[in-house]
Amino acid sequence: MSLEDPDTGAIEPAEETAVGVTDEGLDYDALADLLGDRLLDREEHVNAEGFVVRPDEVRSVLFDLRDEAGFDHLSCVTAQEYDDRYESLYHLKKYGAPTQELSVVVPTAKDEPVSESANPVYRTADWHEREAYDLVGVEYEDHPDLRRILLPETWQGHPLGQDFDGEEPQIVTLREHANPLQEDHRGDDADTMFVNIGPHHPATHGVLHLKTVLDGEQVADVDPDIGYLHRCEEQMCQQSTYRHQIMPYPDRWDYISAGILNEWAYARAAEDLAGIDVPEYAQIIRTMSAELCRIAAHLLAMGTFALDVYGDFTAIFMYAVQDRERVQKILEDLTGQRLMFNYLRLGGVAWDIPEPREEFFEKTRDLLDDMPERLAEYHDLVTSNEIFQLRCVDTGVLPPEEAKSFGATGPVARGSGIDYDLRRDDPYGHYDQLDWDVITEEGCDNYARVLVRLREVEQSARIIEQCVDLLEDWPEDEREIQANVPRTLRPDPDTEVYRAVEAAKGELGIYMRSDGTDQPARFKIRSPCFSNLQTLPVMSEGEYIPDMIASLGSLDIVLGEVDR
Amino acid sequence: MSSDNQTADGRIESTQDARMGEGVDSRFNSTLREAFGSSPFILTKFDQFMNWVRGSSMFMLQFGIACCSIEMMHTYAVKHDLDRFGAGVPRASPRQADVIIVPGTIVSKFAPRMKRVYDQMPEPKFVVSMGSCTISGGPFQEGYNVIKGAEEVIPVDIHVPGCPPRPEALVYGVAKLQERIANGESAPVTVKPYELEQFGDLEGDELVEKLADQVDEDDLVMRYNWAESP
Repeated sequence: MSLEDPDTGAIEPAEETAVGVTDEGLDYDALADLLGDRLLDREEHVNAEGFVVRPDEVRSVLFDLRDEAGFDHLSCVTAQEYDDRYESLYHLKKYGAPTQELSVVVPTAKDEPVSESANPVYRTADWHEREAYDLVGVEYEDHPDLRRILLPETWQGHPLGQDFDGEEPQIVTLREHANPLQEDHRGDDADTMFVNIGPHHPATHGVLHLKTVLDGEQVADVDPDIGYLHRCEEQMCQQSTYRHQIMPYPDRWDYISAGILNEWAYARAAEDLAGIDVPEYAQIIRTMSAELCRIAAHLLAMGTFALDVYGDFTAIFMYAVQDRERVQKILEDLTGQRLMFNYLRLGGVAWDIPEPREEFFEKTRDLLDDMPERLAEYHDLVTSNEIFQLRCVDTGVLPPEEAKSFGATGPVARGSGIDYDLRRDDPYGHYDQLDWDVITEEGCDNYARVLVRLREVEQSARIIEQCVDLLEDWPEDEREIQANVPRTLRPDPDTEVYRAVEAAKGELGIYMRSDGTDQPARFKIRSPCFSNLQTLPVMSEGEYIPDMIASLGSLDIVLGEVDR
Repeated sequence: MSSDNQTADGRIESTQDARMGEGVDSRFNSTLREAFGSSPFILTKFDQFMNWVRGSSMFMLQFGIACCSIEMMHTYAVKHDLDRFGAGVPRASPRQADVIIVPGTIVSKFAPRMKRVYDQMPEPKFVVSMGSCTISGGPFQEGYNVIKGAEEVIPVDIHVPGCPPRPEALVYGVAKLQERIANGESAPVTVKPYELEQFGDLEGDELVEKLADQVDEDDLVMRYNWAESP
């Protein structure tokens, strides 16, 4: 319940034994004692302390922090290049208490940027470190498969490194991919088949390429190949100014109408970085519009999932789009755009509720009034359909331990019974003042994930309703939509912040480092889909191929956010 | 119109009805047929007729890249319903499609694949580029990995600007394309800077030598000369 005090993660049994947990939160001195000599230095970041460790002790440090101190969630890995060194940052959190954060800072030498891989500790480090290698050029010792992930294999240079020359020509190949299990064939009868699914395929929800090896009808091996929509979002943000130029880009990460949720991730991080307070009234508008976005995003997830499982382009998909159109209409009234809202500003929102206000509220209430009936319809069509249940119950199973190890968040984690929602656990906006529930399902399967989304639509509607009530009664002369923010923001040099919000797909985090100018020196996006997609092999290996397609649909990835 | 001449007792009067003959279901009497009047024959050039047919029934390729594909889905679905204009049946296979709508940013890794998909479509084929990214790279134009527009890779008939364009804009773009097709016009083939070619055919320079041990001679590759990009 959101009404509870959010910082009560410590009462969970696992937390009591964890090192460094006190009633006030996290005791960094105790954690420092745990690391002993391995701790070289301590840095102060806006969100947490950063512990500097040697590159050849990363693994032992992370093991201790995970097992002794309870940091079971590797949220993100950020790599960056300074003038004198490379640095990898491991942003650690706890699923039980995400406000207890710690950054592990691993500096490496300029001429030999090699540090230990965190993959044995957190399996999610696999892709995160590959990305760091690809874009920045840090290498990870003992990494199981250190190759490029977002850029083509034949790419030259590391584009977010300092000496990258964007004018250099590049050559990209188009070739068929070999069967990775070919050499495991035993004799002539044992036969596996290699199938490329994507990058242009109706079931991949965008430009995803799945290198799949089939043994008969079953999936023997699946390797998602991403990067077909890597459009340099981090570079774009690094060359834009904080105040206005960055805000349009978040809309384009998770573009399934989840724009305001993404904008909020940036707004929250930047506001913490620059110390801006947002007026309460603006927070309520943000909360309301963000939840409208969540409804639209979940409806599309449900509609396209039905498209994958039923294979029809008719009723369910069309119903979902119809309801999305209504939500988009309201959002368009509010923001002026159907999809790319660009509505939040640092310190508030762009403008107030449109006049006449009554009309706007009436439209919103109409939507909410119809919602129970529409949801009942969806439950009729989807979740209570026997064929659907046959397809989805107990397929694509993702056990909670695996989900945690892969850093899964959002409906994917909550469908595996992990009670983790940043809106409640790390409150921002107006969520902690409202009455709503975090939805979890214990099923761990495709069905549970779809059910979580549908039930979350209900909760979002509850939140919106309460926000509308508050906004309606808000006194006219106190409608402050924007804090006083300097025209040009120049946060103090070398301030670092990592902040996350609960976006439609899960934990969307932003890491920013300022260098005293009006542009961030490093801007890193922690995309929930990127981590969630890593769980696909766990869900689908050994399963039938149609179940893999269903699992992919139930992950609800959006490639703009996976590839950024 | 001749069909108005029918009397209340059902007696056949017009030439049109006489030609249609007795006992034919009135459902066969379409608006189009009425428009032709008493003579159900038309005289036209075969090519013009074919162009008209082509423009009136187009199969779109179900092809999603980025943000614009969400608006494209809304264009296909209820409320906007592109199918009303005879252009809304998405086909999953490029081999069954006439039109490819390119809805989103094209990056270096995807361009060769998109070119391959385009090549698989049967002639005559048409391209609608949707959104700013397919015109110039849009908001991502300065990205190290971003192709500065679809026209760098495939010829484009209609550009629909916007980020993303509203469904109405896409409907307008497709209607314009249909109009052009019906008039027998298609885009002049522009110079496409990026082509798929065999690695062995590339001019040997530093980069080619560097990659020689990774790439086979007959692998298809696309070479990007970023410095010459607009």
